[in-house]
This record gives sequence, C-alpha cells and structure tokens, in this order.
Amino acid sequence: MTAIRVNPIGCVAHGLCAEILPERIALDEWGYPIIEPGSIPAELEAHARRAADACPTLALLLERD
Amino acid sequence: MATLATTTGLPRLLSALSYGDAAQLDRHLDTHGPLPAERELDARAIVELVDRSGLRGRGGAAFPTATKLRAVRAARGQPVVVVNGCESEPISAKDALLLCELPHLVLDGAELAARAVGAREAIVAFEVPNTAVRDSLETALSDRRAARVDATRFSLFAAEERFLSGQETALVSQINGGPARPTFVGTRPTDRGVGRRPTLIQNAETLANLALIARYGSEWYRELGTEAESGSRLLTLVGAVEQPGVYEIECGTPLGALFEAAGGLSGELGGVLIGGYFGSWLPAARVGQVELSNAGLARHDAALGCGAIVALPDSACPVAETVRVAIYLATETAGQCGPCVHGTSAIARTLHSIAEGKAPRTAFADLDRWAQELPGRGACHHPNGMAHFVATALKTFASQFDDHARHGPCGACAAESVLEIPVARPVRS
Repeated sequence: MTAIRVNPIGCVAHGLCAEILPERIALDEWGYPIIEPGSIPAELEAHARRAADACPTLALLLERD
Repeated sequence: MATLATTTGLPRLLSALSYGDAAQLDRHLDTHGPLPAERELDARAIVELVDRSGLRGRGGAAFPTATKLRAVRAARGQPVVVVNGCESEPISAKDALLLCELPHLVLDGAELAARAVGAREAIVAFEVPNTAVRDSLETALSDRRAARVDATRFSLFAAEERFLSGQETALVSQINGGPARPTFVGTRPTDRGVGRRPTLIQNAETLANLALIARYGSEWYRELGTEAESGSRLLTLVGAVEQPGVYEIECGTPLGALFEAAGGLSGELGGVLIGGYFGSWLPAARVGQVELSNAGLARHDAALGCGAIVALPDSACPVAETVRVAIYLATETAGQCGPCVHGTSAIARTLHSIAEGKAPRTAFADLDRWAQELPGRGACHHPNGMAHFVATALKTFASQFDDHARHGPCGACAAESVLEIPVARPVRS
C-alpha cells in the first residue's frame, strides 16, 4: 500500500498536488496541502505518482506503508 | 525546592541536594557510592537493567530509554552520546537544577549511557545564556578528570536560547554547525546524527535516573511509580502556591498533594496548566480528580510533557496569559514549514483580536479549524503543541474568552504575567 507524505520544509505551496489529486489533497487558506490520512486506493495510485512527480520542490513523497 | 515528604522512598534524585557546596563530587560519592565498574555492569547488562526498570525519557516525549539504547547499539558507526540539558521551556527549571546542583548524577548517567552504546565521547548541551549551568559543568568535569571517574571524553556545547533549541534534530543540527532548526530527514539521530554518527540524545533527568538504576537496581527503581510509569519525576511548579520550585514526586501522585507539598495555594485558583507551553489547561474545579501520571492525565486530554505545572491564580486573566504565550510560540517557530509559520501566526493574531474585543465574527470557528488542521503538518511538534495549548485554553476558559470578545480587555488583563515569556531577541535568519 502507498501513503502520501509532505516534506513540510520543502513545500512552498505551489498547489499542483491538489489539482492533480483533489480526491486526497486539499489546500489550506495559505495554499499548503492537507492530506487525507490513510493509504491511497489502487485506482488513485497513478494520479498520486503524477502529483509527486509534478511537485516543483519534490516535497510530495509516496511511501510504502 | 523540596520533595514530597509524605511519600516514603523520596527524595531519590534530589537526595544529595545541598546548595552551594563546593565539594560536590565528594558529597555525591558519599551519598550514592561509586558507579559500578564495567566488569560488574557491562553494556548488555545496562540495557537489560534499563529495560527492566521501565525508564522513559523525561524530556517530554516519554520514549522508552532501553529502545533508544538498543537502536544506537544496532546502528553502524562509532556512536556519540548527547546530554540534552537545553530545557528550552521557559517555566521548566528541573534540568537546570540537576545540572547546577547535582551535575555528577547526570554525568554518571552519560558515562553509563556511553558504556551501554559503545560511545567514547559525550557532549553535554545547555542553553547559551545559562552561565550557572556552564560553570557547574566545567567544575564537575574537571573534578571527575582529576578523580579519573570516566572512561568517556566529555565536551560542552552551548546551544542557542530558542524554544526549539532542545528539539532533537534541531540540537543535532546546531552541534553539526547548522541553525537551531528541526530537520526533516528519513533517518533518525539514533542512526545518523552528530557528525553523521549514531547519536543517543537523552534528557538530563533521564540520565540522572540511569545513574541511580545502575547503583540500586531495577526492582528498587520500580518501588515507586506505576507499572507503566516507574520511578520518580521532577516537576517544576510555579504560580499560586506558597513555595514554587522543583519537586520530586512519585508518578501517580494526586495534583492536590503536590500543591500541599508546596505549602498549599496562595490564593484562589483560576486554572492549572500541565505540561508547559505545549501542555493542557484544566479548570480549577478539576484539581481534585487529577493524578500526575500520563495514564491519569490522558483522561483529561493532558500529559506531563516536560513536567512544568502552573497554578494560575484567580486574579490573573487567563485570556491575556494565553495570548502572550501564543504570541511567543508564534515568534518561536523555526520559520521553515508553511502551515506552522502561517498557522501559529494566524492563531496568535486572532487570539489577540479576541482579547482586544476586536475579533472578526469567524474568530472562534477559525481557531477551532486551525486547531484541527495544524497538528502533524510541521517537521517537528511545534504546531501540534501550540494548537493543543490554545484549544485547551479556549475550552477551559470559554466564558472568559467570550467576555473579552464582547467587551474587550478586563481589569486583570494588564496585571503582571504569571506565565513567563523570555525577552524578545532577534530571530536568526
């Protein structure tokens, strides 16, 4: 199973992740991601991978849990 | 400073306390005797002993000490021990008391910890303005060198005076020549810390306990406390009690008994803060139900944390006190993580607007939402701690916050603060 984690030091609120994976990622009022807790369902894994690849600061991490 | 005389078997940590005595090492050895030699107590035996004693970290997180010792032993590389004497929490004084008055207990613990993990080197970290701690440690280390007490090479490290200075990864970063900021890394300091070596970081009080466990054994240690929280604890008590100070209690002691040991309350109680500035506010009416253990406090959504307790007098304004601490905590973020930088500052600003009677209509709803959203979204626990502190204040003092929102500052708002705030200093960029 895969889980999403943010490196909060690296994240500077570009917000691309929430555009690509709105099912699991919302943005707070300053544009920083709020991640839905828990594992990513299989059908969203490809989107999660795209979101991680799209992050300009490489702050979105996909981790095996 | 005193101990709870009502409990048998106390004092333990503070038993050799006698202020201003120059011959500290002699008195220490007279009271406790020498450390067991390595042939009597080798590395493996220390870890097993600590495991049986149930000793947990006294810096705030209550992590099992044996687990940490094992992690450092199992890691690759030449390990190093760091004594965490930073005690960045403004109202906590127990580690400074140990380092100033009973340094040999802490240094014995560091020597034993180094033996347990196979380290040849130990770094004693304290906060930079604390010259009393520095003087005490220099004298103690020079006495120990003369008496050839240690196999370990000790050095001192002056850490920055910042709220997050003693946070484990921030302390490692400083010792490595970096800023006093937490880091976000995949590895723990136990695997890779100071100089990328396996690093055992232990709070000063934890190590002082280790010095006693090595001499008197794990069964003796467990004669005090509960199954899950063994031994005694040092608590710093300030506020509306006759004798504020550091108290050694048995885990599980009722809060009321701690107040009695401090000569009783010096006036009407307005509320109690447990666990310092990352802690929890409890209503005064709840005092009789509170037991000073993490298991007991969990029922009140609280924890002992660093062991700092404030008896807030009824004459103080809990809103003004909370606002001042919130502003302090907002200025003490490391400035690295967006949610923490923006969130803590928004919380502090909104609380201030409530105290001034100029709050936006959404103020309380915003504060509730931030308290939910903020925890877990920083590299360290700063946002979690502040969110909890503020959420418990809003709950415990709901009517006072409501009054301020409607009518502005009260008569007690301008009173001298009970919760100490260190003077503002320039933030290092």
